[in-house]
Amino acid sequence: MFPRTGRAGFLPLGEMPRLVGELMRLGYECLGPTVENGAIAMRGLATADALPRGLKTEQEKGTYRVTRDPANRYFAWANGPQGIRPHAFASRESLWRVARDTGGALSFEPVTVDAPKQALIGVRACDLAALAIQDTHFLRGGRVDAHYAARRAALFLVAVQCAEPAATCFCASTGDGPTPVTGYDLALAELAEGFVVEAGSEKGQAVFDGLNLPPASDAQLASVRTQGEAAAAAQTRSLPAAALHGALMSRLDHPRWDDVAARCLACTNCTLVCPTCFCHAEVDEVAVDGDTTEHARVWDSCFGEAHGHLHGFNVRPDVRTRYRQWLTHKLDTWHDQFGRSGCVGCGRCIAWCPAGIDLTEEFAALTAGEVAA
Amino acid sequence: MSASRPLDAGPPLAATVVARVEESPGVFTLRVRLDDPGAQAAYRFAPGQFNMLYLYGAGEVPISIMSDPEERDAIGHTIRAVGRVTQGLAALGPGDAIGLRGPFGRGWPLREVSGSDVVLVTGGLGCAPAVSVIHYVLRRRERFGKLVIIQGVRHADDLIWREHYDRWAKLPATQVLVAADVATPLWPWHVGRVTDLFGLARFDPEGAVAMMCGPEGMMRTAGNGLLALGLPEARLYLSMERNMQCAVGRCGHCQIGAAFVCHDGPVFSWGEMKTLLGRRGF
Repeated sequence: MFPRTGRAGFLPLGEMPRLVGELMRLGYECLGPTVENGAIAMRGLATADALPRGLKTEQEKGTYRVTRDPANRYFAWANGPQGIRPHAFASRESLWRVARDTGGALSFEPVTVDAPKQALIGVRACDLAALAIQDTHFLRGGRVDAHYAARRAALFLVAVQCAEPAATCFCASTGDGPTPVTGYDLALAELAEGFVVEAGSEKGQAVFDGLNLPPASDAQLASVRTQGEAAAAAQTRSLPAAALHGALMSRLDHPRWDDVAARCLACTNCTLVCPTCFCHAEVDEVAVDGDTTEHARVWDSCFGEAHGHLHGFNVRPDVRTRYRQWLTHKLDTWHDQFGRSGCVGCGRCIAWCPAGIDLTEEFAALTAGEVAA
Repeated sequence: MSASRPLDAGPPLAATVVARVEESPGVFTLRVRLDDPGAQAAYRFAPGQFNMLYLYGAGEVPISIMSDPEERDAIGHTIRAVGRVTQGLAALGPGDAIGLRGPFGRGWPLREVSGSDVVLVTGGLGCAPAVSVIHYVLRRRERFGKLVIIQGVRHADDLIWREHYDRWAKLPATQVLVAADVATPLWPWHVGRVTDLFGLARFDPEGAVAMMCGPEGMMRTAGNGLLALGLPEARLYLSMERNMQCAVGRCGHCQIGAAFVCHDGPVFSWGEMKTLLGRRGF
């Protein structure tokens, strides 16, 4: 578990550009936090010293604000609306294309992905846990998705310990954070004087070795652990990790489903910011001349009207059944598919819900008095 | 269940319509052949599996395979024209080009039920995924006991393959029972529901296997009726239908509870589906 004595090195605060520069030298497009449309997005860094400092986020139900961090740290921000998902499972991509000749004959050809080598700097433990779920879904034995596999293999993940979770965060209760445990190439923890750094993969080790860092001191390692414990203790929301399986499928007629349906706008925001949602629609996009068409996949949501459409009727005709589908799948039947819940405690669905719906509150109301928090 | 090519998200194989049969108003059968003779020769499916049929520029639809698994020169699909893609497919005729991916999913448990009486209960176009079972059983008649074919339709005019039912009814150890909720003047069969016919069906409930396909409400009623006759729950199967776009358990649309219908189904045991069968919202 990060950080490990004898494995962790120390990168002084002023030397962050060395890490970014090393990744750039290895051919990675480096992506770090950028303020875009008032929220933090992972975007390309122009130079090795372009990683911004002093960004912070304030999040609550239906609220997200980027503010200044008085301590001017690199990673005081909790998260942006998207985690890693779009970098491995693209929000829109062509799967295959078809050409039709003048005689009407069709020729099909696959679209191969030329995946960019991307290094994501500032990945959180919750997002690593979500990526592991997406890996299971898209790469499971005998059903490997070539598009996902290509993008995924080109990623270099620089994880960072969350020292300041947002009010919406509850990764400690789901067991997924705030300190990264696995699934990263490099893990960082930010202390006042610099970073404790550790490799988690072969390609991470190569970068680590190239940085030639002095070992982190015992005091620094202790500070990282204390910082992780404090970040976990600071979280006020929670979801009972062990008691989710079966909890909602046994309450399909609970009146709370009507209550939440009256508030939910079925806008799909929660599913589009959720790092574990995998639904996608397949669509044909015909060229203007009509001679070629692209068969693409696009992120979809179980809150959309078309999701449950079947000839002649809709399996989920109202918001009540759509919200219930989302929550029962995410928190309950997900266990049957993936051996765990589909919630990693990132809190994005709470912050980005325009109606301020909080899934931890909904779960508690649906299971009141019967599931210990 | 055998699949002749690996489960694949695409692209489809080029195929050509070799015949089109109008079955009833709005219901038609397309027999298609893969353009690559090697691919056509290698194509194998298990009764109950489905293909994704692609209409140029419009998209794909999941259609169960109704032809005989032994038939090598074409693959049959009976389709109701209800949506954008199926209405487009309805306009096709011999020589027209389409795409085909498949076969996908888990078919009927035919190997496991060798030696048993076979009872098929189907409603409406649910007879399409079951007709390949009938062909399969009739071709291997000695391996199975009695064959009972029970088909229900809402209106007498919805019945397709009437001449098939007449022919099968004359075969030894084969019983055909048909019901229509609404009859026409010369309707020779029962007026009412398929479950009304269970009393007439002659089979050994404890040693039979039953397979159902049709509206979920019909399957729930029929399934409970068969269990009441003494059919063991483990020998009752059904085929489910949901929105399917990828066909390989990825796109998420076809989920019922934890099951991906396209990959874990479309054929399920009663035990796997009974809690959510016909349940609004799933």
